[in-house]
Amino acid sequence: MVRTADLLPLAVAVPLFGAVVLAVGGRWLPRVAIDALATAWAALEVAGLAVLWQRTGDGHSVSWLGGWYPVRGESVGIVLVGDRIGIGLALLAGALVLAVVVYSWRYFDEPPVQHAGTFPALILLFEAGMCGFALTGDLFDAFVFFELMGAAAYALTGYRIEDPRPVQGALIFGVVNSLGAYCTLLGIGLLYARTGELGLAQIGLKLAGHHADSLLTAAFVLVITGLLVKAAVVPFHFWLPDAHAVAPTPVCMLLSGVMVELGLYGTLRIYWVVFSGPHGIAPPHLRATFVAAGVLTALVGAVMCWQQRHLKRMLAFSTVGHVGLFLIGMALLTPEGIAGVALYVAAHAGVKAALFATAGVLLDRHGSVDEHGLYGRGRDLPLVGALFGLGGLALAGLPPFGTSLGKAVTEHAAGDRFPWLPVVFVLVSAATGGAVLRACARIFAGVGPRPREHDDGTETTGSGEAPEIRDPQRPIPIPMLAVPAALLCASLAAGLLPGFGSALAHAARQFTDRTAYTAAVFGHAVTPSAPLPEVGWSVEGVLLALASTALAALFAAAAVWGTGLPWHGVGRAVRQRVVLPLRRLHSGHLGDYVTWLVVGVAVLLVVMAA
Amino acid sequence: MTILPFLSAGWIFLAGVYGLVTSRNAIHAVGCLAVAQSSTYVLLLTVGYRRGGTAPYFTDTPLGTRVVDPVVQALALTDVVVGATVTALLLGLVMQVRKRHGTVDPDALTGLKG
Repeated sequence: MVRTADLLPLAVAVPLFGAVVLAVGGRWLPRVAIDALATAWAALEVAGLAVLWQRTGDGHSVSWLGGWYPVRGESVGIVLVGDRIGIGLALLAGALVLAVVVYSWRYFDEPPVQHAGTFPALILLFEAGMCGFALTGDLFDAFVFFELMGAAAYALTGYRIEDPRPVQGALIFGVVNSLGAYCTLLGIGLLYARTGELGLAQIGLKLAGHHADSLLTAAFVLVITGLLVKAAVVPFHFWLPDAHAVAPTPVCMLLSGVMVELGLYGTLRIYWVVFSGPHGIAPPHLRATFVAAGVLTALVGAVMCWQQRHLKRMLAFSTVGHVGLFLIGMALLTPEGIAGVALYVAAHAGVKAALFATAGVLLDRHGSVDEHGLYGRGRDLPLVGALFGLGGLALAGLPPFGTSLGKAVTEHAAGDRFPWLPVVFVLVSAATGGAVLRACARIFAGVGPRPREHDDGTETTGSGEAPEIRDPQRPIPIPMLAVPAALLCASLAAGLLPGFGSALAHAARQFTDRTAYTAAVFGHAVTPSAPLPEVGWSVEGVLLALASTALAALFAAAAVWGTGLPWHGVGRAVRQRVVLPLRRLHSGHLGDYVTWLVVGVAVLLVVMAA
Repeated sequence: MTILPFLSAGWIFLAGVYGLVTSRNAIHAVGCLAVAQSSTYVLLLTVGYRRGGTAPYFTDTPLGTRVVDPVVQALALTDVVVGATVTALLLGLVMQVRKRHGTVDPDALTGLKG
């Protein structure tokens, strides 16, 4: 029988070991054996994390690696700490990895001959980085896992090195994210200089003895820079659409579904445990800054999502929009906000991965993900179209999907503090869902006038992509349809199972309790005292969800059929004045993106120091 | 403790960033990223420095000798490993970019936009 504390390091070690076995053994094993081995390994990891989730309950699981326990409150050891939010994210990553491994059973039918096991090995390496990042209680370890996750993701993005675009997207992804990570490391260095500690809880304790000054602010901003880059918060988001548009579809499912959200998790975890103490960063200050950043991110993501005709780029910008909503919810710094976002993230991961998976089927059939070029060409794939449309509706917040419940809870928490915030939630969900519905109507039903196919040079079209499977004549492999269907069902279950919401409510209360975390690291259990947030369906939530779904359908209908209507001229003027300059900012130029990163850091420094 | 090493770490970082922003060659850009990263080595070693301290090895020095902080040295070593991995990976990608696009100039590599 494995002890609960040992399950924490195992959560990192199992996929790491699996990656080694697959990378080495992949040279000799046949294709079927590699797929079976990868699936078994991913399932083992999910099982281990599920046991950990169950046994941790509403407390914390703590593991001091190598038995370096603290002596009289001092320790030189490295600690892993799991609460249900952290373990839940690791579990989400594990479940998505399992889905991805199954999805890609027949996906790369012609892997490079000598390295058949490389792709699943990289996926497992990526999983190890994500699980480690979600479970670590040590700031420097967080950086190392962050970079492990990053390096695996860059390699996966550029996996199809024979195609021109992926290598370019992976290069931008790698440079921007690594630069962000080095900012984080500079911040960690400053914190170590101030406190002489690297554990999150230990730094937090030591900081309580110092007064807040500009060093603390600078350290905070630098540490979160890397995490915000990973989370694709405006203006650190430029790498995301480029990487998502070109990465292999299974990789997009992981990047959008869980990696981006891990950046937000890291930001808030570090804020709560390290900086929320008596002499740290004041909550109102942080709330105002992050809610503003969240609103900006959500609006930019929604506008850019609506403008895309490249399906994967559209889904990528929809992720940016939703990350903005998640950031708003988390930045409220209330248990209710965290609980809503946790539910939203879990359900969004299922929906977004399902949408990418169905876009992968189109790419597979037609070698294109261009909404305009694919007009009417999906008529022979009704099942795929149904899944894609359902995903669009779920993204817009159709009850009873988990996205809808998560949105409702977060909205309610946000509306309590800022009454205008629910409008942002409704608009952003409607625009992102509407864009997907618009593409769905054009591609799978062929409705409306045929859109223009030429490209005026300001956008990425999505035609001429290399199909990821070389034989378009064969029937669609069953896993490529079963996996998105299962993911949508999981997202539905997240909204319908009442036990899930209440578990996340407990988890959110635990996550926002700094004392309980710090006490758990040093071996004491503290019961959180805050009231339990309410997570459940409400009339207001359902009405707002129905409103955003209806609005999404309206947006899509207006886009498909409304070209001759009187407001078309107004739309063109807005497009010229506002949208086109915004699109031009997404220039695909590495130097521009780095400039934006620096501008973002400078703005954050000024705002947080104010 | 003087502030000069901290300032030089910041300067090195900004020099790397400046190079990244103005770069006309992707290999040069990856090099600039490595420059930006080396600022983290300088910062970490500065943090652990103690005036008059010697290297933290106790095989031939008596216990109780004043030494510099070994933790930051371990961090810097880990950082070097991470940096080497990332640089190698990115340079590999630049090689592929050169093969597929025939150029490594970021100004010419703007196929992903809008």
